[in-house]
Amino acid sequence: MRAVAPDDPPGPRAATGSESPWVRAAAEFAESRLALFGLALLALLTVAALAAPWISPQNPYDLAQLDIMDSQLPPGMHSESGKTYWLGTDDQGRDMLSAILYGLRISLTVGVTSTVCALVIGLALGLAAAYLGGWVDAAIMRLADIQLSFPAILIALILLAMLGQGVGKIIVALVTVQWAYYARTVRSSALVERQKEYLEAAQVLALPRSRIVFRHLLPNCLPPLIVVATVQVAHAISLEATLSFLGLGLPITEPSLGLLIANGFQYLLSGRYWISFYPGVALLLAIVAINLVADQLRDILNPRLKR
Amino acid sequence: MITSSLPLVELRSVSKRFSRPAGVAARIAHRLGASAPQGTVHAVEAVDLRVDQSEVVGLVGESGCGKSTLGRMVARILEPTSGERLWKGRPYEEYEHEAARSERLAIQMIFQDPYASLNPRMRVADIVGEAPVVHGLVSRAQRDEYVADTLGRVGLDPSIMRRFPHQFSGGQRSRIGIARALAVRPRFLVCDEAVAALDVSIQAQVLNLFIRLREELGLAYLFISHDLGVIRHVSDAVVVMYLGRVVESAPVAELYAHPNHPYTKALILEVPDVAARRRRYTPIRGEIPSPLAPPTGCHFHPRCPRAFERCRQEAPALREVAPGHASACHLNDS
Amino acid sequence: MSALLEIEGLRTHFFTRAGVVKAVDDVSLRLERGRILGLVGESGSGKSMTGYSIMGLVDEPGRIVSGRIEVAGTDLATLDEPAWRRLRGNRVSMIFQDPMMTLNPVLRIDTQMVEAVRAHNNVSRREALDRCRAQLSRVGIASPDERLRAYPHQFSGGMRQRVAIAIALVNHPDLVIADEPTTALDVTIQGQILFEMQKLCRESGTGLIWITHDLSVVAGLADDVCVMYAGRIVESGTVDEVLDHPMHPYTRGLLDSIPGRNVPGRPLSQIPGMAPSPQDLDQGCAFRVRCPRAREDCRVAPATTRPTSQRTLRCGHPLP
Repeated sequence: MRAVAPDDPPGPRAATGSESPWVRAAAEFAESRLALFGLALLALLTVAALAAPWISPQNPYDLAQLDIMDSQLPPGMHSESGKTYWLGTDDQGRDMLSAILYGLRISLTVGVTSTVCALVIGLALGLAAAYLGGWVDAAIMRLADIQLSFPAILIALILLAMLGQGVGKIIVALVTVQWAYYARTVRSSALVERQKEYLEAAQVLALPRSRIVFRHLLPNCLPPLIVVATVQVAHAISLEATLSFLGLGLPITEPSLGLLIANGFQYLLSGRYWISFYPGVALLLAIVAINLVADQLRDILNPRLKR
Repeated sequence: MITSSLPLVELRSVSKRFSRPAGVAARIAHRLGASAPQGTVHAVEAVDLRVDQSEVVGLVGESGCGKSTLGRMVARILEPTSGERLWKGRPYEEYEHEAARSERLAIQMIFQDPYASLNPRMRVADIVGEAPVVHGLVSRAQRDEYVADTLGRVGLDPSIMRRFPHQFSGGQRSRIGIARALAVRPRFLVCDEAVAALDVSIQAQVLNLFIRLREELGLAYLFISHDLGVIRHVSDAVVVMYLGRVVESAPVAELYAHPNHPYTKALILEVPDVAARRRRYTPIRGEIPSPLAPPTGCHFHPRCPRAFERCRQEAPALREVAPGHASACHLNDS
Repeated sequence: MSALLEIEGLRTHFFTRAGVVKAVDDVSLRLERGRILGLVGESGSGKSMTGYSIMGLVDEPGRIVSGRIEVAGTDLATLDEPAWRRLRGNRVSMIFQDPMMTLNPVLRIDTQMVEAVRAHNNVSRREALDRCRAQLSRVGIASPDERLRAYPHQFSGGMRQRVAIAIALVNHPDLVIADEPTTALDVTIQGQILFEMQKLCRESGTGLIWITHDLSVVAGLADDVCVMYAGRIVESGTVDEVLDHPMHPYTRGLLDSIPGRNVPGRPLSQIPGMAPSPQDLDQGCAFRVRCPRAREDCRVAPATTRPTSQRTLRCGHPLP
């Protein structure tokens, strides 16, 4: 039996095409110029970091390219071999611009990788806690409570003291101190979503459990998680910088921004500010850019601020 | 009432208790001799219900009466604490195996909130088409055609398939929710306040849709509502609940013409009516008691104008006062 | 003597990203002392925004673009902020659908009520408390002393709404605007509140505007009714005139779609389609796309006519 003509034709409210919630969020994001600026800056820094091997004047890891005679040159100086050090050189004669680009690359890699790993782990544990409830919930959440009751830096310091140095190890340490934020966020938004009628409808439609969790529950828990993740990338980067500054993060052969700052710290008072200053500026720009983006994301993805 | 063969859905003395899980401190206190843990709600108490093939049973009551909980037990969202649920004369549990899946899908639910009941991140085609594909009712290739057909049935233009829920008005969303249920070919719909959130003119459209679907597809409904006008319009029989118990049930004309229970009488009297001008409201007294601490005896006695001593002590049983008309009130004994 | 409330050509518009939304578009109405006016409409009709405009509660990006609102002869546009504050909560007050708009969840009822009294009256705390107690019992709250010492969360929804009503009435305002205060409540509780409100207005001569989507509530409660559609009043008059002999096809359609007035089990008579999006309104009659009587000339805005002395109508082809 073929149905009758629609008595509820698509109205004016529905006239705007098939815009997905994500597309709509992108349009709202673009409303803030400051956020767009943050996003552009972040994109610029990311591209610069990724392209570091091709755009930087020298490879700061290759000791053969360094000339000890060029050490501690101020910004803009020409070397004897005719190169220009736009941001000066450090005590090894390393070009600061190159070191910063490579350092940024390491900092961003560590920040993003640790955040993604922590997000996946936290997401799985938080969803399990919310959906299974009972003792699973209690166990996961108490573990998160214990984790969050210690300062992140303390846990990271202890872990690194035990594990030693290295990019992989610092990522392990950062994941350990971060997963609990995600687990908590996911759990609380999953508990809210679980009350909603569309999940009851999925249950009445006898959809498989895995499908309900991954197709219905999970996508609706993501928005607050994205906000937390963006803020946490900035945290991870600054935490890594702190640890490296303290000499516990990365080995001196692969200097991240934090290590570069530490490296120039001893010269700071002797007027050779640039060895610490420019890595510091790069770190600051990265973190500010991420936070600008995160602020706007929070505004558009928070249902309570919805207009 | 019709004395047909088997009822489509039958509930036998179904109860649902919710208890807040006692915290560690409360459990220790309990060990040390404190009284039993607080916070057990008897949401539904020993309810019998019967819905026949293509019959519409209206379930009416105010907040906290357990009507939504009852509906969710019928729709398999909640498990009863005790009692038996039968589908076509056999317990629900017998339909748990794979081969009986279509029988399980035969009961669907229409929800109250047209906003929360649709997944905001899925397109209409997925919302309506997901379950039929998962359950093999249609192939993936035929899905869109099937969804278009189902949307047409509920009065929506099939061209909306690629859109997301936020692009629709309340009335359109509620039609999408109905289409989602119809897509798995149900025999029975539990409608939980399905038109309560809609504007008057849209409410009439959706009620008409329910009436039309019943005629076209022979659906039976459990129609849950607080609105006696709506219930009167769509139902064949009405069940009135108060604080977890059924207080009265009767065929619709009988109930509105000869309400027996004082609560039903009060409810019918309170229904606002366009014909009644500048009326003197003569309200029943008091608040609806908290289901956490229901009154003793008959739950309605603190608000009942005709309560006497026995009502405070003894809960009245549901007894037949006329053919097909049952009421739970001590006044019928004297 | 001037009317208690007189609104002339009120327009409240919202300036949004998507365009100008004419939430209230040329609304005029009048309310005498001691009378109850039902302001009826569906969601998006502008009924609540009319109430907010009178209370001066229109927020950005909304603005009263034009029109005159007079309360007891005072033009509200001439008031400065302190004068507004003296007026609001004292001579004019509002009851919201959600009582928690009025109640502060972290303060006891006595604190909130006494504050409301003493903000506008130079009385001692004891005297203020007496007034609160009297007002609570007047809205049907038993043992007001006990209730005064409680916090809002200790009450049921119906009781909270009663307390909010008591606060709105404690200073004996001349005008009360009630925005769907019983919509979220159960029928038996709604009956009680309607009963109390009716009694209070009759006794104190307070003018009441009852904003609702429910024509049957208006029928039982109000003296006069204004029916709104898409920001405009399409029909107004006494309850008897308008509900017994609706002249606007929309009023007629609303009345006919109430289930209680139809034969049970048969299809309800329904208004086809849905309300237009407020952004897409043109100058013509906004109802014409859903109207069975619409003609070509409905594209031009119909003028407001006065079929009888008590009545207004905005329709080019009214029902006989």
